[in-house]
Amino acid sequence: MRGSEHPIISKETTTGLYRTMVRIRTCEESFVDPILAREIRCPVHLCTGQEAVAAGVCSALETEDYIFGNHRSHGHYLAKGGGMRELVAEVFCRETGCSRGRGGSMHLIDPSVGMMGSVPIVAGTIALALGAALAAQIRNDRRVAVSFFGDGATGEGVLCESLNFAALRRLPIVFVCENNLYSTHLPIAEIRVSPKIFELGIPFGEMSLRIDGNDALTVHRAARKAVNLCRRGKGPFFLECLTYRMHGHVGPDDNIQGTHTDIRPPKEIEKWRKKDPIKKLGRHILNNKIASRKELAEIHEEAEKEVLEAHRFARGSSFPREEELGLYVHNE
Amino acid sequence: MMSLDESVILIGQGVKSPWYVGNTAQGLIERFGEQRIIDTPVSENSMTGAAVGAALAGMRAVVVHPRMDFMLYAFDPIVNEAANWFYMNGGRISVPVVFWGVINRGGEQAAQHSQALHAMFAHVPGLKVVMPATPYDAKGLLVSAIKDDNPVVFVDDRWLYDTEGDVPEELYSVPIGKGAIRKEGKDVSLIASSFMVGESLKAASELEKYDIDAEVLDLRTVKPLDVDMILKSVEKTGRAVVVDSGWKTCGLAAEVSAIIAENDIRVLKSPIRRITLPDIPAPASRSLESNYYVKHPGIVDAVVKLVGAQV
Repeated sequence: MRGSEHPIISKETTTGLYRTMVRIRTCEESFVDPILAREIRCPVHLCTGQEAVAAGVCSALETEDYIFGNHRSHGHYLAKGGGMRELVAEVFCRETGCSRGRGGSMHLIDPSVGMMGSVPIVAGTIALALGAALAAQIRNDRRVAVSFFGDGATGEGVLCESLNFAALRRLPIVFVCENNLYSTHLPIAEIRVSPKIFELGIPFGEMSLRIDGNDALTVHRAARKAVNLCRRGKGPFFLECLTYRMHGHVGPDDNIQGTHTDIRPPKEIEKWRKKDPIKKLGRHILNNKIASRKELAEIHEEAEKEVLEAHRFARGSSFPREEELGLYVHNE
Repeated sequence: MMSLDESVILIGQGVKSPWYVGNTAQGLIERFGEQRIIDTPVSENSMTGAAVGAALAGMRAVVVHPRMDFMLYAFDPIVNEAANWFYMNGGRISVPVVFWGVINRGGEQAAQHSQALHAMFAHVPGLKVVMPATPYDAKGLLVSAIKDDNPVVFVDDRWLYDTEGDVPEELYSVPIGKGAIRKEGKDVSLIASSFMVGESLKAASELEKYDIDAEVLDLRTVKPLDVDMILKSVEKTGRAVVVDSGWKTCGLAAEVSAIIAENDIRVLKSPIRRITLPDIPAPASRSLESNYYVKHPGIVDAVVKLVGAQV
């Protein structure tokens, strides 16, 4: 059931999207207590509320396709097929983590499923995704690259440089901007004259869309269209997904629960809580009898179990050995 | 390399043009096509990042910066991304990319077309930095850099572009991290790299007039340094003069001096001398330029003063 010519999304894909979002949400929320207890110390940028973007885009990709993330990439990693145990262990900075405890929450990688890496330098991986798309084009291997970045990254010049080069060579790359309306503490009106980020692609002649980033089906549909165009040599594609994070910029509490500063209006937060992507898809599934209430409950239970098991795995794993500080500077 | 390994690509400003990188890349498009020889818009950050990304996706990318000064726009992909990638991802994926920068001094080109920035890159863990002084090494080190699974900064001095020397047709490599003694001597070690090797050799032959027998070391690789070669030579001669085409403060000469001093300062018969650019931006006017760049007479003077020979 692939291709933009098939707007109907199968039952399997729909419940798959639901499962992916629930896994991400459950995993994200499981970090809150250990962060507050200082058991987890590396900076953790939770993506609760933004799950539909990761799930919708990655479900339109093949395992061989490349994705590159940013500081808020737990969701991207899981949606692309990265192991939850390795993710949790990395956030706990253990040797068994996906980056062997050298990277922490902001450096997630699993090349075996096309998760090529994530970094906290804002816009830092946009050009890397561009290069991966260039490699795919040179080899003509039909792979597509996806770059996930936030609204804050639109302030970086490298985005425009990359949009231009991608369009110039018709590279198979989808630029996915997750516009959660805040660039750390700054509301978007304070960093951009135009709130319409998707229009950035237009002067470069790119197909550009703004969509509801909290609607997993809409994201999936748009991503499928973008990916199909890229595979046919008709890239690049710019996709702006409007969404909202339910936690602070970093950690569970800043900006929301008052331990630092409540910079976001409570009404705004409430408004977005009603647009919760998981609840939204859940309603769609029940209304259209795609799955039963019981089946959805099972998805939640399975996710809870998986997360518990991942925490057990992480806590049972050792930290990297002190004497191995100097490993991995070079690949010799 | 490009005909042997299909994953090798060249990307950068001016690869189509003799204006930028001399004739180095001439004829490559005809041989390998515009898919693998990529002339780019003026977008150093993105294009360098694209080379890094292509390397992550299985290519061996060479990205050329026809003026090293332009690489400063690309510090993020070079330093934040490429240099750290292997480490911060726990050794999961390395970055076989060559950042080829050309030092372009002289000709009244002034401060932004003249900088020798190798020490900045050498400061960064994860990067290797090579600086050939001879045509043979230029090919051999470039081949090594491309074959290396790690990011390598390849620094080329345009003042060397007229140098002639034997270069075998076949593929060979010069190992990264190994220096070469270009002239044996017993009184003083002149430790140099790139263009400064030739100047040091000229100085050494002039120093013979003063009965000073100078040894000339060509570092070839700036990082990792051939510490063994440096220490052995200084132990033998008892004197070290470090000649570098970069600035003095926190520069390559400072690093080499520190290595010598940290090892065993008692082998030294006199203080270490650094001969470098002054901590001043490059000027335009020829009257200032001639006072700015290091040439062999300056090396001769410094060595004569240090060794205390009679003029």
